Amino acid sequence: MGVIMFDNLSDRLDAVFKKLKGHGKLTEKNIEEGLKEVRMALLEADVHYKVVKKFVADIKERALGQEVMESLTPGQQVIKIVDQELTELMGGRLENLNLSGSHPASIMLVGLQGSGKTTTAGKLAVYLRKQGRKPYLVPADIYRPAAIDQLNKLGDQLGVPVFPSNPEIDPVKICQQARTTAHRELCDTLLIDTAGRLHIDEELMTELCRIKDAVKPSDILLVADAMTGQDAVNIAESFNNTLNIGGVILTKMDGDARGGAALSIKSVTDKPIKFIGVGEKLSDLEPFHPDRMSSRILGMGDVLTMIEKAQTIVDEKKAVELEKRLRKNEFTLEDFRDQMVQIRKMGSISELINMIPGMGKIKQLKNLEVDENEFIKIEAIINSMTPQERHQHTLIKGSRRKRIAKGSGTSVQDINNLLKNYTQVVKMMKKINKGGMRELGQGMLPF
Amino acid sequence: MAFTWFQKNEEVKEGGQEKSTGFFNRLKKGLSKTRKVLSTDINDLFAGNRKIDDELLEELEELLITSDMGVRTTMDLIESISKKSSEISGADQLKKALKENILALLNSEKPCPQKITTGPLVIMVIGVNGVGKTTTIGKLAAKFVASGEKVIIAAADTFRAAAVEQLAIWAQRAGVEIVKHKDMSDPAAVAYDGIQAALARGADVVLVDTAGRLHTKKNLMEELKKIKRAISKKLPEAPHEILLVLDATTGQNALSQAELFNDALDVTGIALTKLDGTAKGGIVVSICSTLEIPLKYIGIGEKIEDLQEFDSVRFVNALL
Ligand SMILES: Nc1nc2c(ncn2[C@@H]2O[C@H](COP(=O)(O)OP(=O)(O)O)[C@@H](O)[C@H]2O)c(=O)[nH]1
Ligand SMILES: [Mg+2]
Repeated sequence: MGVIMFDNLSDRLDAVFKKLKGHGKLTEKNIEEGLKEVRMALLEADVHYKVVKKFVADIKERALGQEVMESLTPGQQVIKIVDQELTELMGGRLENLNLSGSHPASIMLVGLQGSGKTTTAGKLAVYLRKQGRKPYLVPADIYRPAAIDQLNKLGDQLGVPVFPSNPEIDPVKICQQARTTAHRELCDTLLIDTAGRLHIDEELMTELCRIKDAVKPSDILLVADAMTGQDAVNIAESFNNTLNIGGVILTKMDGDARGGAALSIKSVTDKPIKFIGVGEKLSDLEPFHPDRMSSRILGMGDVLTMIEKAQTIVDEKKAVELEKRLRKNEFTLEDFRDQMVQIRKMGSISELINMIPGMGKIKQLKNLEVDENEFIKIEAIINSMTPQERHQHTLIKGSRRKRIAKGSGTSVQDINNLLKNYTQVVKMMKKINKGGMRELGQGMLPF
Repeated sequence: MAFTWFQKNEEVKEGGQEKSTGFFNRLKKGLSKTRKVLSTDINDLFAGNRKIDDELLEELEELLITSDMGVRTTMDLIESISKKSSEISGADQLKKALKENILALLNSEKPCPQKITTGPLVIMVIGVNGVGKTTTIGKLAAKFVASGEKVIIAAADTFRAAAVEQLAIWAQRAGVEIVKHKDMSDPAAVAYDGIQAALARGADVVLVDTAGRLHTKKNLMEELKKIKRAISKKLPEAPHEILLVLDATTGQNALSQAELFNDALDVTGIALTKLDGTAKGGIVVSICSTLEIPLKYIGIGEKIEDLQEFDSVRFVNALL
């Protein structure tokens, strides 16, 4: 698989329009060339064929407008339009769980086998508890071996009560009984973990309807894997037609899937994506951000997510401070060192890079092994600098380099490398500040 | 009518048999009565002996892309077809040419299976979360038992809640022994013990289950390597097979999964699960051709008998 496959859309569009430069004003045909690249990017991201077709047709008019035709950077303009429209399509209002109606409230989790329903039930329990509610876990998967055990264990871990299901009871009965016992357990919100099923399995789809009729849930959430391919439209359509779902949770977003299924699902159901799952821990549930999803689908990654992830680990104030400084292009060697320390806390750099969709695939980065010793070296080097040097790296010339190398037990070569990396980071930061994420081309991550 | 690649528990005829569309259609109809119309039927595409024109090629493109074949593979296939378009007179020939092309991609050079000189055949099963590793192990165990082999399963998913309990139920269904430790214990130690038990008890096959993990998590990939090393430590030739389980519902990301798991562990075979749904798993075509890893098994349901050995001719016949 060539690298081209994963080049980000921004680069590809630039390439298209660069080719056409010198031919004077852009023509309609030129723009169509560019839209072809948009189409490819969306298809590679797993957006459904028909959804892509419609989307590209819809944005064509805007792309043919003056803002693109007369722009010096038509590629960037097209990206801007695509990004805006995608964000709009997936966005609308940010919607929370629906907990209205009968008491106790019930939330039904439905979806294919292996999409992550049980883990998501545990995560929602954590989320609801944080909101001051009293969740009650209801295992209604009587089919998959040990599915009930799994939810019981999660409940134990969390200290959240679990309805004592067993595989002999009909799932509808389980849910009905759970409503009564929830009262006794002083719980106000049922989280019903249904069995995974194929959307074409009529018998099991009917079972879901029966559960719905019996408990009248306030929300029904389709749990779908972010890695889902073209079939996402069929799955979402069937579940929505059968149950009139209230929203969607996209799981396994911590991988490197571009997540085009999000757009497919949204466009066939018109139901909001309410949360995303970003890890195996029960706290790894986040609200859905349409703008980030858009950059991700377009293969342009998202620095914001990285900054945010850093924030949850790093002390918040410091991160805000850092972000401000980044914006003002005041990123010093000290900040660089702090970042290294933080990154080490956050896990390997390659993992971080993998948060940027597409980046993980770039050959130069793929085999990038992070050497713990490298971190230790960097820290030692920066620690051996004077405060002035740390704030103004241009001071560090030949003799100073020798001194620092000696002080940190490294070589001048190491100092040179570090400074090179650092200036690249600064350059990248400047680019981001100037043009937003889309300025960040391939191979820019200089670690 | 719905088009599915595989039908369970039913002989799907191979070779030229699908030409007698009567039989094939009846079979498909009979089995898909509960299935809705979800995708274009390729036979409609070729109905009435259409000319090969842009319109037909576009429909073909849609068909290939919606099977998750990927943009690149689809473009390549269509390009080679349209190059030959002067030699191809009708739809039948087009279909044949397409089949041949896809078959060629699927039939990559298979690496020779490693010779087993001593001890049991060891199969280590890996993949991302929820793809069907544990279920596939249950099905495989039953298959080996049916051919008279003594099987031991090692429960090296010590991470996911109740993973061991799930596997234990499968072991019981298949009638085989299971080696397990406590939750959260070292998976490499479980695998090691599994091999040891197999050697001591004279088992023919060891199936090692592992916890699902995203291929992008470096430390978890390291853990897999460690499990593999533990196995080799006890039995130097083993594991003989590293079976990567992929979910047919997965789109282009399956390629990334295959690449990264292969980089870390040298995958020797693929099992593609959930083909009983409407997803077609077309991404395996690029996986097989670019990584030269053979597709060995397909999963077509949740029952113990719902595992088939992969047959590329049948696969392509079902696709087209
Ligand atoms: N329909 C269908 N479901 C499957 C198939 N293989 C596995 N599953 C289901 O997928 C879910 C996850 O399977 P499991 O074996 O626990 O996955 P693991 O996490 O990879 O071990 C379970 O509900 C299985 O019953 C298959 O071929 N078809
Ligand atoms: Mg498992």
